[in-house]
Amino acid sequence: MSSKSNAEAYWSANIRLMTILLVIWFAVSFGAGVLFADALDSIRIFGFKLGFFFAQQGSIYVFVALIFIYVWRVNKIEREYDVHED
Amino acid sequence: MSVLTWTWILVGLSFALYIGIAIWSRVGSTKDYYVAGGGVHPVANGMATAADWMSAASFISMAGLISFMGRDGAVYLMGWTGGYVLLALLLAPYLRKFGKFTVPDFVGDRYYSDAARLVAVVCALFVSFTYVAGQMRGVGVVFSRFLEVDVTWGVIIGMAIVFCYAVLGGMKGITYTQVAQYCVLIFAYMVPAIFISLLLTGNPLPQLGFGSTLADGSGVYLMDKLDGLSTELGFAAYTAGSKSTIDVFCITLALMVGTAGLPHVIVRFFTVPKVRDARKSAGWALLFIAILYTTAPAVASFARVNMIETINGKDGSGQLYAEAPSWISNWEKTGLIKWEDKNGDGRMFYAKDDRNEMTIDRDIMVLANPEIAKLPNWVVALVAAGGLAAALSTAAGLLLVISSSISHDLLKKVVMPNISEKQELLYARLAAAVAIFIAGLLGIYPPGFVAQVVAFAFGLAAASFFPVIIMGIFSKRMNKEGAIAGMIIGLGFTTAYIVYFKFISPESNVAANWWLGISPEGIGVLGMVFNFIAAVVVSKLTAPPPADIQDLVEHIRVPRGAGGAVSH
Repeated sequence: MSSKSNAEAYWSANIRLMTILLVIWFAVSFGAGVLFADALDSIRIFGFKLGFFFAQQGSIYVFVALIFIYVWRVNKIEREYDVHED
Repeated sequence: MSVLTWTWILVGLSFALYIGIAIWSRVGSTKDYYVAGGGVHPVANGMATAADWMSAASFISMAGLISFMGRDGAVYLMGWTGGYVLLALLLAPYLRKFGKFTVPDFVGDRYYSDAARLVAVVCALFVSFTYVAGQMRGVGVVFSRFLEVDVTWGVIIGMAIVFCYAVLGGMKGITYTQVAQYCVLIFAYMVPAIFISLLLTGNPLPQLGFGSTLADGSGVYLMDKLDGLSTELGFAAYTAGSKSTIDVFCITLALMVGTAGLPHVIVRFFTVPKVRDARKSAGWALLFIAILYTTAPAVASFARVNMIETINGKDGSGQLYAEAPSWISNWEKTGLIKWEDKNGDGRMFYAKDDRNEMTIDRDIMVLANPEIAKLPNWVVALVAAGGLAAALSTAAGLLLVISSSISHDLLKKVVMPNISEKQELLYARLAAAVAIFIAGLLGIYPPGFVAQVVAFAFGLAAASFFPVIIMGIFSKRMNKEGAIAGMIIGLGFTTAYIVYFKFISPESNVAANWWLGISPEGIGVLGMVFNFIAAVVVSKLTAPPPADIQDLVEHIRVPRGAGGAVSH
């Protein structure tokens, strides 16, 4: 494969990965923490109502995890398409 | 030892550390000055980014705001963290690959236009000055309350410290002081939080104590106790929100995209050696930020329970003022807490309805928290050192953006392109010195509108930088005409909306008058949407960008071939 088509294949794999992670990003924060927070509040985990938990705690934990998952996956994709640095 | 002695010792030690770092990290080139030579380790950069990002507002005000807002406080928690996901995935690696010094550099080069560069410079300056005024004010408040120094002298001492490491050390000095400041501020935030969590719930981790039962043996969950107290006193239940869903949605999103578009945050990712370091560094930054941001809502709820029980008494009949703890009279002197004995019974009472006799400033929830919980003097003193670290680290990052916008984006790139590197560096230092002076003045004589314009900073970043950078990376077809039209429409709309409700007609700033029910804090989201629409429509009607720009876009998408940040 030429480096140009490699770069294009890498780019679409990267976009796919980003889309999946951003859907999760949206679901935990705007989904669970805002839009469906009232419905989720009927479920309780220890002292927390679930919607409240996502709004003030859970979504932040997921954000941190999402970035590290992206770092790990995209580093693999870069090597796969041979576009990584040195 | 008294609180005052402890405070002088802790603040003095932390300042000596910052000055020591400043002397060690003096720089001699523009590359060192703007991006710390591009050689900062990703974990160190993550820590520096966290300190850069967490301002006096995060440290001093946020837990208090949440404490009074209940669930709605989540707009700040999610809004000021979620943007890092966008940064790590959509912006940081590509801007690092692009490899220049500043955000206006990217806008100017990608859109082959000095007009676009100038719009970006003006936005960067406006956003940074707005922000830095608040930091200097925070420095003054901490000094006057904890060290019993006049606000003016407090601000002057703060200016002198920042001057040392920002003017001498540039980005390199700032980066390594920010690493130290992060350690100071997170320690200062966590120690009282852990103490209070133990006292109140028996659990040393505030994040877990938050969801635990109370330690008084009643078996009642903290959150249920707080909901009960709140409704009894006429407030909304703590875990229920009172803002409309669309407004919460828009404010959260505006803060997220605003975060991702703030120049002093973006520029931190130019300092790491590699593209993959930029991504990793964003992860570390958010991890370090999350430690404080997941503790803040716990502190908010602990502080609220403690405050209500101190003022209203354990039995809810009101605390006799004559027997009240000393922190109440200490903070009355600063005007942050007021008591007016309306029914003349000599007892204080706090409530939402007409039983209320208290006026309580939100900032007190963090500043007075250790005293409210009766913690040892050295813990009370730590809060002062932490608040100063948070304010100074953010101020320094902003001053660097101001200085580079003037010396690099304005002078070197537009006004006098022929100056040597030495001259550019001199101008950068001069600009930083002048900016520190202006920031200090804003701190000593705070204009009344500082609080109002904070919404501006995020709204403008959301409506201008974020869409322009995203389209610059993800659309090869986006051209100069589209980008400029988008920025003008996004900025114009957002500015008009905020100016109308905050300055022209502040009395009409209520939900019934808002367009689609969106408050001025959240309107940057609509500004961003209009920016995207205008940019796409205009770019379709005009010629595509030149071939070398399309090649540039292809080049920044692929990690291979990233060198250090370069100036030309």
